[in-house]
Parts: sequence; structure tokens; C-alpha cells
Amino acid sequence: MWDYVKLILLAAVAVLAAYAASQARDLAYLVHMMIFMGAAAIAFLWQIRHMGEAVHNQNEYFDGVVRYGVIATAFWGVVGFLVGVVIAFQLAFPTLNFEFLQGYGNFGRLRPLHTSAVIFAFGGNALIASAFYVVQRTTAARLFGGGLGWFVFWGYQVFILLAATGYVLGSTQSQEYAEPEWLADLWLTIVWVVFLLIYMGTLIKRREPHIYVANWFYLSFIVTIAMLHVVNNLAVPVSLFGSTSIPVWAGVQSAMVQWWYGHNAVGFFLTAGFLGMMYYFIPKQAERPVYSYKLSIIHFWALIFLYIWAGPHHLHYTALPDWAQTLGMTFSIMLWMPSWGGMINGLMTLSGAWDKLRTDPVIRMMVVAVGFYGMATFEGPMMSIRAVNSLSHYTDWTIGHVHSGALGWNGMITFGMLYYLVPRLWKRERLYSLSLVSWHFWLATIGIVLYAASMWVTGIMEGLMWRQVDAQGFLVNSFADTVAAKFPMYVVRGVGGLMFLVGALIMCYNLWMTVRKVGEAKPAASAAVAAE
Amino acid sequence: METYSLLRSFADSWYLLFMTLFFVGIIAWAWRPGSRGVQQDAATSIFRNDDRPAAGGAYDDAPRSQSQGAR
Repeated sequence: MWDYVKLILLAAVAVLAAYAASQARDLAYLVHMMIFMGAAAIAFLWQIRHMGEAVHNQNEYFDGVVRYGVIATAFWGVVGFLVGVVIAFQLAFPTLNFEFLQGYGNFGRLRPLHTSAVIFAFGGNALIASAFYVVQRTTAARLFGGGLGWFVFWGYQVFILLAATGYVLGSTQSQEYAEPEWLADLWLTIVWVVFLLIYMGTLIKRREPHIYVANWFYLSFIVTIAMLHVVNNLAVPVSLFGSTSIPVWAGVQSAMVQWWYGHNAVGFFLTAGFLGMMYYFIPKQAERPVYSYKLSIIHFWALIFLYIWAGPHHLHYTALPDWAQTLGMTFSIMLWMPSWGGMINGLMTLSGAWDKLRTDPVIRMMVVAVGFYGMATFEGPMMSIRAVNSLSHYTDWTIGHVHSGALGWNGMITFGMLYYLVPRLWKRERLYSLSLVSWHFWLATIGIVLYAASMWVTGIMEGLMWRQVDAQGFLVNSFADTVAAKFPMYVVRGVGGLMFLVGALIMCYNLWMTVRKVGEAKPAASAAVAAE
Repeated sequence: METYSLLRSFADSWYLLFMTLFFVGIIAWAWRPGSRGVQQDAATSIFRNDDRPAAGGAYDDAPRSQSQGAR
């Protein structure tokens, strides 16, 4: 019965999208409606060939969607890193903004494509896949909602396509990390609410008495992102058949709401969600429980109490009232405490098992990720101090800071998670090659070091050049002088990014060969591992 | 009183007090006597149920000793 309802809904969506496409007022809207139509049509055809087949055995985990999520994570990771390398070299060599790609493939169009691809496509898929995996294992229950997990997975991919095509075609609302227009925003809201439903439902029907700490982090990530996304994207569409909209917020309120969103996207998407990963995958890979469960509880509550106030540090020396700037700065500095508490908790989980760092490159990756988490959360509060910010703001130092967090913390912990998950999800007895993992580890680590170091140098140089005045009080350097001086560091940054990309390609090959070539794990062997 | 002043004075008085007490309460709760065993059980729960969901219905149907045996 439910299958017939689905068929009718999908058919209705396809027809409505076709009509809307015929009425489209701009190219981006037309493409978006074609995507909706195509997705609904494919889902319709799939459904009609699989009527009444869906079986949800409550005594098995729902891992199919996690496998797809792992593949999507690796795929979007490579795409996002590739676009990042391209735009890094576009900055170093402006001739790479080819004339024939003007308006589609120049830096201004590709930059949001890169940020969204790595944060929302790579990071988002990693979070959704690992959330589905972790919540099932820690609650000892199958994912709630039958096949709804598939809706979240495919719905999220549709959102990524909408966002990516929108950027290239120039449909954006110009808010950093929130560029997609109203249509994509509404679609993401639907997908996200279903994600929340599935997660809550699984927690409610759990078969373990306690809700393990990783779930607290994942849940705060899902709830807060829903809230941030809705408030920051409040806008009135100009037409139902066009992609343009008018934002509700204006002036300094708009700036404050944007950075309340922007910084908490860092705090809850890139931090809380990934800390959920840390609290599950590091203890699992180290085969030891987390160092201090008490500390993890305090880590969680302190982090979510403080993070939500830190946004105004993006608006130092602006029209934002001074008290709000000081508040943002103060809370950012206080964040040192929970961040380092969490880092210590992750690192000390290895106490008594430090020898694994020599033998297991996967745990090495996870530990380096936690190390970069600590470094980025030290650097961030420092840069939020108003005096430091007057030097660092608008310079490449910020870019370096973001990337030591994103490549080092989010990237490395995700790679560790992928290396952990693939043999288990495809029931292989081991990874294809540990030495390839080591290659990946060193390429990525050296790449990040090149990236962060060159951005520190160029950022501080740029900041000092901008504020340099002569005896009469005139500025010494023009803007173009700083651009010329930055060239060597830009090349180094591009090379660092390239190494990171090559590492990710090696990982994809390794994971592919793990699934294709490594023998199946025997049930007895896995039981022996569980018993340690 | 205008809305801004009203909310502002509420935010930096009663609500601030509520949040501070809530936070202190959480720390006290984490350190409450007898929490060690529960936390130990939670911390090691990730080593159970790796391959399939726990048998039975809700968790309180299954005796604790049984699920710990899987470790």
C-alpha cells in the first residue's frame, strides 16, 4: 500500500517539476527543476521494479545506506580536493581563469563550489554515514524508519547537485557557507528533518540503557544545524519559478545572523559532529574505552554552551556593537577549555596502547587528526582576540587556520573512519595495503604542513604590509604589492593541496582493492577480535 | 519597556543564572556518587553488538549480565 503512495508522490513530483521547468525564469532554476524531475523519475522507475520487496529485518543492521555513504564520501572528497587544487593554482597563476570558462569556471564561481563540496558533500556524507553506523551499534538497534535512510542519503545528494549547479550558474545568495538559494534550502530542510526523525527514532527504540556520548554529539549537530540553517536562510522568493530571493535580515542584523550561522556551522557541523566520530572510532580502533567518560560529558556540555556565542568574533571593528564583539571574543577564548579537554580525552584513550602508533597507520591518522583539532582550536581563540584579529582578518592567515582544521582535523578523522569502516561494511578481513595507508598518511600530513605554514607566512606578511605607513602617515604598499609578494607562498600552498589530493586518490585505490581483492572475513575471526 | 531592553535584561540576569546553574548541575551530576559503574558500562558499550542488534525488545527485557558476556 505504502509503495503505491510513494509511486503517486514521485509521479506528482516529476510532473510538477516538469511544469515548473517549463515556466523557469532563469537557467539555474531550469536546471534545478530538471534535477528534481530526473531524480523523481529515476526513483519512480526503481520503485515500480521493486514493489513490495522492502524487508526490514529488525535483527540486522541497516548497513546498505552506510556503504553508499562511504562511497559518496570518498567520491565527493576527491571532487572537492580537486576543485580546491584548481582554485589554489588559479590564485597563483591567474591565467588559469580561462577566457572560454569566464562566468562558469573562474575563481569566483569555483570557490563556493570548493568550500561546499568539501564541507557539505565530503563532510556531510561522512557525518550522515557515520551517524547511521554509530547510532545503530551504540543503541544495538536497527535504524528507525524502514527505508527512510535511503531518502536522507539520496535527498542529500540531490541537495549537493542543486548547490553545485547553482554556484556554477551564478545562483547564490552570497552568504558564506550558505550560498544555495531558497529552493535548495527548502529541500535541505526537508531532508534534514527526516534525518533528525530517523536519529531520534533509533535512540528512542534503543536496546542499550545508556545513550553513548558519541550520540550526544551527533544529535547536537543535527538539531543545531537545522536551527542555524532555517534562521540564516529566511528569505522571500521573488517568484515561485525563479531562483532569486530577498533576504529577511538586513544590515548589521544580517551580518550577525550570518556569522552566528557561519561560526556554528564550524562548531556543530565540523566540530560536534566529527567529535561524535572521534568518540566512537578512536576507542574502537584502539580497542580501549574512552579515557574518561566523565570528561566526555563535561566536554559535550561545555562545548555546546560556549560555541553558540562565539560568532561575533568574525565581525570585529564593524558596525556590530562593541559589547557583542567583546562577548564573541570572550566566549571564543573560553572555548579553549572544552576543546583541549576533548583533545586530551581523545589522545589519552591511547594511554597504555601507544605502541599501536608504530604498527597501525589508521590510528596514527586519527591521532594526528586530534592533534590538528587541538592546534586549530588553539589558533582560533587566539585569532579571535581583537588585537590579533586586526592583523589576521582578511588575510591568508584565516585561510591557513581554516585548512589546518579542515584538512587536519576533519579530513584525517574522516580518512581514519573510512579505513575503519570499509573492511567491516564489506566484510573483508583486513585492508588491502597498510603501506598505502602510510603513503596516504605522510602525503596528507606533509601537504597540510606545507599548506598551513605557507599561509601563516603569507597571511602575516600581508597583514603587516597593509598596515605599514611611512613617516608622513601614508600607506607604503598598494594592494597589488601584497599580491605580488604572495606568489611563492601561493605555489607552495597549491603543492601542499596537490599532495593532499594524491593521498586521497591513493586511499580510494586502497579501499577499492580492499573490496575487490581481499578475502571475506570469517565470522570466527571477528568474534576473536571482539573478545580481544 | 521596548522589547530589546526587556530581553536584554532578562538575558543577563535570570537566564544567565539559569544557564550557569544548569551547567554546574551537569558537572555535579557527572561526578555524582555511584556514577563510575554506569559510566564504565557506557564506555564499554561500544564493544558490544558489533554485528547485529541486541536480541529481544527494549533493553530492560535483557539481563545486563547477558549483554556484558558478549564482551
